[in-house]
Amino acid sequence: MEVILLLKQLSEADGLAGYEEPVRGVVSETWTPLVDEMRVGGLGSLIGLKRGTGPEPRPKVMLAAHMDEVGLMVSGLEKGFLHIAGVAGADPRAVLGLEVVVHAERDLPGIVATRPPHVIPSDERQKTVPWDKLFVDVGLPADQVEQLVTVGDLISIRCEMAELKNRRVAGKALDDRACVAAVTLALEKLAKVNHVWDVYAVATTQEETGLKGATTSAYGIAPDLAIALDVTFGNQPGLRDTEVFPLGEGPTIAVGPNLHPALVDHLKSVADAQEIPYHIEPVPGRSGTDAWAIQVSREGVPTALIGIPTRYMHQPVEMLAAQDVERAGRLLAAFVASLEADFLESIAWPESEESE
Amino acid sequence: MILKELSEAIGVSGQEGPVRAVILDAIRGHVDEVEVDTLGNVLALKRGTGPEPVRAMVAAHMDEIGLMVVGHDSDGFLRVSQVGGIDARLLPGKVLRVGPEGIPGVIGIKPVHLLKGDEYKKVPKLDSLVIDIGAKNKDEARGLAPLGTCATFGTTYREFGPTVSGKAFDDRAGCAVLVELLRGERLPCDLHAVFTVQEEVGLRGARVAAFKIAPDCGCALEGTICDDIPKDKDASPTTEMGGGPAITVMDRSFVADRRLVELLIGTAEDLGIPYQIKRPGIGGTDAGAIHRSRGGVPSVTVAVPCRYIHSPAALLSLDDFDNTVRLMRESLSRLTQRTLRRE
Amino acid sequence: MRELIRELVETYGPSGVEDEIRAVIRAEVEDLADEIRVDPLGSLVARKHGGDGGKRVVLAAHMDEIGIMVSYVDEKGFARFTRIGGVYSLNTVGDRVAFSNGTVGVVGVEQKRANATKIPTLDELYLDVGATSREDCPVAVGDSAVFVRPLDIQGTRLIAKAMDDRIGCAVLIETLRRLESTPHDLYFVFTVQEEVGLFGAGTSAYGIDPDVAIAVDVTGNGDTPESYPMAVALGKGPAVKVMDSGMIAHRAVKDVMVQRAKDAGIPYQLEVLARGTTDAMAMQVVRSGVPSGCLSIPCRYVHTPSEMVDERDVENAVCLMLEVLRADL
Repeated sequence: MEVILLLKQLSEADGLAGYEEPVRGVVSETWTPLVDEMRVGGLGSLIGLKRGTGPEPRPKVMLAAHMDEVGLMVSGLEKGFLHIAGVAGADPRAVLGLEVVVHAERDLPGIVATRPPHVIPSDERQKTVPWDKLFVDVGLPADQVEQLVTVGDLISIRCEMAELKNRRVAGKALDDRACVAAVTLALEKLAKVNHVWDVYAVATTQEETGLKGATTSAYGIAPDLAIALDVTFGNQPGLRDTEVFPLGEGPTIAVGPNLHPALVDHLKSVADAQEIPYHIEPVPGRSGTDAWAIQVSREGVPTALIGIPTRYMHQPVEMLAAQDVERAGRLLAAFVASLEADFLESIAWPESEESE
Repeated sequence: MILKELSEAIGVSGQEGPVRAVILDAIRGHVDEVEVDTLGNVLALKRGTGPEPVRAMVAAHMDEIGLMVVGHDSDGFLRVSQVGGIDARLLPGKVLRVGPEGIPGVIGIKPVHLLKGDEYKKVPKLDSLVIDIGAKNKDEARGLAPLGTCATFGTTYREFGPTVSGKAFDDRAGCAVLVELLRGERLPCDLHAVFTVQEEVGLRGARVAAFKIAPDCGCALEGTICDDIPKDKDASPTTEMGGGPAITVMDRSFVADRRLVELLIGTAEDLGIPYQIKRPGIGGTDAGAIHRSRGGVPSVTVAVPCRYIHSPAALLSLDDFDNTVRLMRESLSRLTQRTLRRE
Repeated sequence: MRELIRELVETYGPSGVEDEIRAVIRAEVEDLADEIRVDPLGSLVARKHGGDGGKRVVLAAHMDEIGIMVSYVDEKGFARFTRIGGVYSLNTVGDRVAFSNGTVGVVGVEQKRANATKIPTLDELYLDVGATSREDCPVAVGDSAVFVRPLDIQGTRLIAKAMDDRIGCAVLIETLRRLESTPHDLYFVFTVQEEVGLFGAGTSAYGIDPDVAIAVDVTGNGDTPESYPMAVALGKGPAVKVMDSGMIAHRAVKDVMVQRAKDAGIPYQLEVLARGTTDAMAMQVVRSGVPSGCLSIPCRYVHTPSEMVDERDVENAVCLMLEVLRADL
């Protein structure tokens, strides 16, 4: 599928952490022709299996990208205004003035508001509005609001994906739907090439609330190898050059304790062979991605992490280059196709050989 | 002593290879089974002699804290981030070893002559520090120490008499104790000795090893904090060097199993082995990961008191070391299924 | 239920030393359950067999409570301590704690502390157990103590230490007492070490491998002077959790609780908690994932020695739990 159209569909679908049904529907429809089997995991992750051609029992590789997004929730009602809580890492600096939809008894349009700047002390204007001073106004009288809205109702952000210059796009939830798109592109390519290993494509849930979908689906699948994909910080003003990566120069391949070094070396060699540009991303500790959870699943899983440089993370204008998504998809497909039946032996720790 | 080799090996979290090699060499011929798992843990089994042997997992971590190269300046300096918790006050003026080959490098800071006002009172921030390996430019630096390369202190092992000093006693001291246990006589229990990876970045090696082994009980061996140097008020030393092995009752990662704590204390008191209870609420160890594995694993932590851990040169007492080996050996000898029975 | 609650809240049981409270609960549930066992970390599991075709359901309430642990005894016999779970110095100065051997201690604060107008840090507090030297001090490093407070009843309000989460234990015990029949295979789990990291619930749930898990625990409130806006008040019914800072409740589990409450005319509230979480967070990520939710008892002054709940909320929580368990899930 054309990548920008795919990104648009995924970005604009609702799918707050814990409530991923709408986006799962979109992904499911896209993956149905591309996989042999599909199921929904215990916490709602979508798991697609594309069988390999090797003899059984075939080794399993898991490709994981999360489909949940940050958002808002009704936490209380006061005089017809809705108190709100951030869900899954929403940034309170970037919600004031947003247009939203409150998923109440029926969908209600609303605006994220606070007291006017004119009437508050000037020093307060210099500070981020705290959650308890932010409200959603649905423009209805209090008694109607009481009837329609309940604590716990979800609030989604109204935001169409913007198509910018140089095939760059900006929209909500591109963290991490862009990577779901990359996995989708990889599945498309794998339809046309032979691969020995079984491929488990997983759109995970609740990444933003503690890597939960990845934790549970990795346990359920028990993969032999895993590649997690997530967005990483794009270059933007105010960030140190050691923590950002340029847009449009390819995905990143992470290195560090979270990632299996021999697996990473292999992934790099695949990228080199395919002439796919990439940057190396050093991750000294916690990667904060699904890779962190998958690596320590059960008895341990050799794991790699591919990143797509993205600006303005957790804001409704997350921005990235479509080319990088395509490259990540190509890299994934080529990686899967490169896996021989005995690949695992080739990444055993070097010191272990002599002792056996 | 094996501690020297272990201490001097370079093994920052995720890159424990050199330490693993030392350990595999040291335990060869002393164990019934050994394997390296997918994360790089060394799993060794020394079978027990008893009937219905308890399956005891004893873990010591191979990894140490350090720095990771995250960028290269045009002048050839290495920009770094920390791996595990590093005290930025310790870095200025230190010699480091970079990468598995141990390329020498230094961290220097602005000359004191050029400081303004009370600038000298401030600790330089880690992201303002660079490692200088003498590279002439960015390309040379990148070739010698590519992104992701790790660095650690360049200290060598020294003997002070009753005490010894070196880097990474957290937790090479624990590794050395565990090696000694494996080299000794068989115990009644099955000893699943695990030399873990990635403790300093989140107890990750122990977690997968505990899942695989599914032991009846667990013990982490550590080199732990001493705070027995002079301080302003009459306060806990956390542990004292020379006070014997330190037993953990509770730390930030878990609450120790009382039955195992009592086994250790009972053994120490019967045999006259000195011991101390580590100040509760401080630090965390692999036991935190082991005890929450699968359906739960009763666990405890025993440590050799070490002054100045996470610094270039830690200090430990050889008596404490020997007593830790002895306490562990004797306690494991008394460990039976009955120890873990709950009335 | 008042006498049950009194017995539960007044029993000693800091995280990691749950033997006494476990014995008390065991005595209450032994004759009601089909099977009973203690799992490796010490959680008590009481199983009630259901009919065919039901689900395997874990109901979890933690039996441990917050407390303090002695970290040092000085030359003059004063003890320093660390927290077991969320104990804050604002709530502890002048309070009394008790050890398992009956020793009582008073929490004092250093007179010469750095800034007398600020809330003291835990390091500036000490415990006075009436000793005069290290040698005659009746407590040692590693000993644990809990707040001392009897249950007080004022109208419908119940006030005690350790309402968190002995009130949840009381709800489970009372549910088991009144339960007539259920299609489900029920595991009433009284978990350990919740306050220090949800350790008992995760491991117990792993051992049981349930289809559904529901925690019963206390939650905060928004009905006291100048409180943060939170749509939960005492006396308006048990709260069905939608979200807290550690988890998002499984939609189906949340919905079934709401629906059964509506159908049976049981008052309930919906809960979005900004700070804090429960055993449900640990249970939801066990194995391949367990749909999990939480039924909360609104509670004021959580983690102080005087936690206050409303008796009607407790009663309604039992009624709602019975409704939830009565039919298919």
